[in-house]
Parts: sequence; C-alpha cells; structure tokens
Amino acid sequence: MQFFGGSEISPSPPTPTTTTGNNAHMIYIFNRNGVCLLYREWNRPLHTLNPQQDHKLMFGLLFSLKSLAAKMDPTSADKGNLGVPQLPGQGCSFHSFRTNTYKLSFMETPSGIKFILVTNPRTSDLRETLKYIYNLYVEYVAKNPLYTPGTPIRTADDRSC
Amino acid sequence: MAAIYSLYIINKSGGLIFYKDYGSKGRMDTNDSLRVASLWHSMHAISQQLSPINGCSGIELLEADTFDLHCFQSLTGTKFFVVCETGTQHMEALLKVIYELYTDYVLKNPFYEMEMPIRCELFDINLTQAIQKDRVALLGR
Repeated sequence: MQFFGGSEISPSPPTPTTTTGNNAHMIYIFNRNGVCLLYREWNRPLHTLNPQQDHKLMFGLLFSLKSLAAKMDPTSADKGNLGVPQLPGQGCSFHSFRTNTYKLSFMETPSGIKFILVTNPRTSDLRETLKYIYNLYVEYVAKNPLYTPGTPIRTADDRSC
Repeated sequence: MAAIYSLYIINKSGGLIFYKDYGSKGRMDTNDSLRVASLWHSMHAISQQLSPINGCSGIELLEADTFDLHCFQSLTGTKFFVVCETGTQHMEALLKVIYELYTDYVLKNPFYEMEMPIRCELFDINLTQAIQKDRVALLGR
C-alpha cells in the first residue's frame, strides 16, 4: 500500500457517490492498543451498547476478522496460528465487509492506527477516502505538538469528513 | 458456475458440519477449519450488534486483499460460506444452489441427524458437479 508519495491532500476529497446529505453513519479511529482515538456518529438510529462496550466490541471484531483473514488466505502456504497477533501489514488483511444494513470499510496504517468507516451498503470502495482521512490525521493530529499519542483526539481540526 | 477456493457449512450453534477445499495453497487441517468456522459464527453475530440500523442479518460479504468471502444464512440459522477470488461474480447464486442441494440431499436424507457433520454421498456428488472446478485457471495464476 502506498502511504507516502501516493496520496496528497487535495482540496476536495474523492467523494463516494451519494444522493444527499451525509453518506456515512459512523467513523472510528483506534490505535494499536485498542484505545479509541476518535468516534463520530452522524446517523445512528440504533444504539445496542453503551459507548465503552461498543468501542471494545468494534476493536475486538476487527482484531478477530484480521486474524481470520490471515488464516483463511488461500494464496499463502504458511499461515500463522489463529489468535496470534499479527503485525500491521503482515499477512492478508480484509478491507471491507458488507451486511444488509451497513458496509464497514477498514484501513490499518503501518503504525497500527486503524480507520473504520460505517456507511450504507451500496457504497463503493472507500480505500481512497480512508487514505485521505489518514492524511488529515497525519497533518492535524500526528504533527500537532500538543497532542499526546494514545489519547483521544480532542481538537476541532479533524472533523473534516 | 465459477471456481471457488473452499466451502464451509456451519450449523446454527456454530459447529462446522461440512468443509471442502477446492484448491487453496496450504490446506487447513481439521482443527483449524473447526476454529475458523466457530470464529466466523461469532463474528457474524457480533456484526449484527454493531449495526447502526435495525434489522441487520450479519455479514454477507467480506473483502480481503487476496480473497472474498461470501456468506449466506438460511432462515434456520445454518450458514454457508465460500472463499473465492476477489471480484468473483454470482456467488450469491452459487450459495443458493448449494443451499438447494443441502435441502434436497441432506435434510431429506432419513439417516441424517440434524446439526451433525454431513456424510451424504449424493450431496458430495451433486456438489462437485455444481462447482465445476477450473483447476487450470487457478493454477495459472
């Protein structure tokens, strides 16, 4: 995956084809220890769990799905054992899954930061959008001298979706 | 029909009742396939919990770098999922065909016990016919 030199911040992000208003339901950003750095929701009629449990469940689901994808990879002969934590970029990773009510797009950076976007199921591939959001993260969060890595993002500068 | 890498059938409690590999490198042994099946069953259930909208019925398609996983859940909770190449079309139709074969040759078999591993010859024969494995195309990659 090209993280450097491939995508620059452009004035207008690549918009997924949408009808009107907000296309996305929620966004999550996690670091490699499972701390939820950012959670924003724009359209979420159903809340099954309280926010803490919801974040933990989401992180757990993604961790296990990554492990499952690495194990089920039909093109590699040597697969790790299920449950062994994989380094970012090691083994095959999934980039999205779709249910009948939502589509979840996922991207993990080499530093272990995970970006998750939950949208309606008809959305097309959102990998470019996630890369754009990662660039915003780098510019406004990672390069912010007042930001402590591993803590939730509290500035107003990252809400550009 | 298209070529697939493997097929799994899970019963409603998450136990693997059928597994067939059609050409992935590095076959999974029995224990691993059991673990993968139960893991998938749990992930399917958790994904319903995380839905922002009511009425979610679980993961239908998982897209990874080197493969896609299509899942079909019947009304009774039995899940059929196939691992195939990225971008393969018409997997939904194939899953429906496999479901029909399951109802015809497994459920209507008077010696088959529900939720137990499938050991029905007719099912195997018809399944192999339905999945025309294109070995040459797969090996050619």
